[in-house]
Amino acid sequence: MNVLMPSPRLVRAALPALSLAALLVAIWFVQPRAISYFGFNLMLNLAMPIAFATIAQLCVITVNDLDLSIGAFVSFVACVGATWLNATPLLGVAVLLGAVVVYALVGALIHLRNLPSIVVTLGMSFFWLGCSVLLLPSPGGSAPAWLAALVKVRTPLVPFAILVSAALALVVHVGLMRSAWGAILRGAGGNPVAVARAGWSLLRTKVTMFALAGFFGVLSGLSLVGLTTSADANIAIRYTLLSIAGVILGGGEFVGGRVSPVGAVLGAMTLTLAGSLLSFLRISPDWQIGAQGAILIVVLALRALVNRLERRR
Amino acid sequence: MDAPSASAIVQLEGVRKSFGAVRALAGVDLDVRAGECLGLVGHNGAGKSTLMQVLAGTLAADEGRLVVAGDDITASAGVAAARAHGVVCVFQELSLCPNLTVAENARVMHRAFRGFGWRKRAGAAMAAMLDDIFPRHGIDPADVVADLSIARRQMVEIARAFLVTDEPLRLVILDEPTSSLDQVVAEQLMAFVRRFVARGGSVILISHLLGEILATSDRVVVMKDGRVVETRPAEAFTRESLVAAMGSVAAQEDAKRAAAAQPAGEIVVEARPARQADERSLRARQGEIVGLAGLAGHGQTDLLVRINAAAQGREPHARVAGAVAFVAGDRQSDGVFPLWSIAENITVRSLGGLRRFGLIDPAAEVRMAEEWRQRIAIRTPDMGNGILSLSGGNQQKALFARALASDAGIVLMDDPMRGVDVGTKQEVYGMIRAEAARGRTFLWYTTEFDELRHCDRVYVFRAGVIVAELAADEITEERVLQSSFAEEAA
Repeated sequence: MNVLMPSPRLVRAALPALSLAALLVAIWFVQPRAISYFGFNLMLNLAMPIAFATIAQLCVITVNDLDLSIGAFVSFVACVGATWLNATPLLGVAVLLGAVVVYALVGALIHLRNLPSIVVTLGMSFFWLGCSVLLLPSPGGSAPAWLAALVKVRTPLVPFAILVSAALALVVHVGLMRSAWGAILRGAGGNPVAVARAGWSLLRTKVTMFALAGFFGVLSGLSLVGLTTSADANIAIRYTLLSIAGVILGGGEFVGGRVSPVGAVLGAMTLTLAGSLLSFLRISPDWQIGAQGAILIVVLALRALVNRLERRR
Repeated sequence: MDAPSASAIVQLEGVRKSFGAVRALAGVDLDVRAGECLGLVGHNGAGKSTLMQVLAGTLAADEGRLVVAGDDITASAGVAAARAHGVVCVFQELSLCPNLTVAENARVMHRAFRGFGWRKRAGAAMAAMLDDIFPRHGIDPADVVADLSIARRQMVEIARAFLVTDEPLRLVILDEPTSSLDQVVAEQLMAFVRRFVARGGSVILISHLLGEILATSDRVVVMKDGRVVETRPAEAFTRESLVAAMGSVAAQEDAKRAAAAQPAGEIVVEARPARQADERSLRARQGEIVGLAGLAGHGQTDLLVRINAAAQGREPHARVAGAVAFVAGDRQSDGVFPLWSIAENITVRSLGGLRRFGLIDPAAEVRMAEEWRQRIAIRTPDMGNGILSLSGGNQQKALFARALASDAGIVLMDDPMRGVDVGTKQEVYGMIRAEAARGRTFLWYTTEFDELRHCDRVYVFRAGVIVAELAADEITEERVLQSSFAEEAA
């Protein structure tokens, strides 16, 4: 977002960063030792796959759709990573590429038949879940050694997960927010009729965005299985809601092509760290999802407040 | 005098276009020459916007030929072909992406803005064009469109259309370009149009401000009922003759109605538009059919919605005595319940009276539905069928039945006959007359002049306020048009 914007817009853009900062202060207050290289490494371990999944969701939300299958898809990728990719790498790579193609086809189907994406992707979530169960009926498998080594690289000064997240945010920001093609892709979310009247293919934008979602979903699943080294069919089921929450927390909106990749990555980190904070507060994991929901509500309420201030001006 | 000349940039021959039963264009011939501004006027539904959509490639004509800059593009008609031949249209409804910046919106329309530094180039081009057309516009190319006022959005859209990049620019179509611009900015635009035309470009200008048309255009084309009925140099028209040309065809049918001397019933509705500055207000007596006329979207629907709200006690500025039923004009968005049966769609307004022991009495519901099937002849084998199984006209009948079956003494109608076939219309007119005779009051907003003939009194709206009140014997198309088209504050 532009820094020259009037203040409410600036406030809204800064909200994801502010919520993350507030969370860090809270963690520091409760457990000062967590604010260290080692602490961040531990806490943000799982931020990487969540950030990838959030960006995948962001791609779909940009074109006014919602992907309810991303969690099941990431689980599927993790299962492939823990089985075929290790045993027969060529087959594994082919399957993952095929999965991205399936994502693109789902986008095409949604556009051509004018179907509600929620219904289609909900159906697809069962498809991916079924594939995972067929592939890995019980938890197990093992990730390729190179993958496990890659995601556990110890970088100097700043933990690897933070570097990857920053790079991800930067790349997607340039691609979607700054590039000439990104403007068309976002425009297709803002006013599809206008974009079509200007002679652009809406089918192509939708397919592109869904294919990108599939691509980032693959990265999410691979980084996840690298960290856990084994997989199971339900490993990332909760990513569906986490990713939506991350996009919204990051300043995105469900319709109108208003998204912020940087905000979404910050949102994903906020949600990850919220889990750690709740653990430090000795809140049982059973309550953590509810507590994450509460955080979401607070941030969204703040945003609604900013919007109202803006309207009153 | 208007034989297509060699300098014609655009030639349309025999263009026809229908939407279902409604014929929007009934064989239009039109030519636009290089270096002229062509004014296009006509009442609502005359086919202006449809014609422009055909020209801009967003609608395909059913029949006819379309020649641009010497190339016959009938077969390849589409946005890309139109753009490649230098035809650009600024549509009436805003077609900017609100989530993008001004520069990014320029990019959506102009493919040349790509590669490194595209944002800067697009921004600079837009700033220069805005400076040229609208001096002191106060728009930054980095502004997000959603943050701009509606007038500034319109300015951005116009500037974007006049931008020349890698494609030629021969003809710009401006469809009501000044509808949300103030006087000063509108004059800036008209001055720019003259400069553009002087440089050899062509402009088609559609406006309901006749002063603007007459002052800016070289030639004026009048459309009516999907045809071109008059083409003359602008000097040959006066405001009066232009209005006469728009209404002339139907004027002959202006036979005197049997003006039934209405008994002066009690006033049951009294309402004022929100922006009405003078003392005028809309009054309706019991048993009257009151028409709301004027061009589409000039505040008629708003007033009906206010009256509807007043009946539920949510609007202090209107007074309503009695229950109110609303017949929606936009069937799909606020008329039918698409998943319900025909019977359910009819009875929903009357469920209060169909109760037994606090629950809906299915037998009474069926009785009411059957009764109305008989009375207004809804063509269906079974009232239990889904409402969408009916044709558009029959769906509209079901909506009328919903209002007439209810206990409401006042029926508000929001241009309900859009896209309804003639036979159905005649049946419904008869029903309205009969119900009015039995003491029901009708407030009828319509964009079709013929329907005003059924009214006892007509209020003409312009720019959100009532500008004229016509008694039954004063209702002529000419009077309504005179009042609908503003005399510009010169």
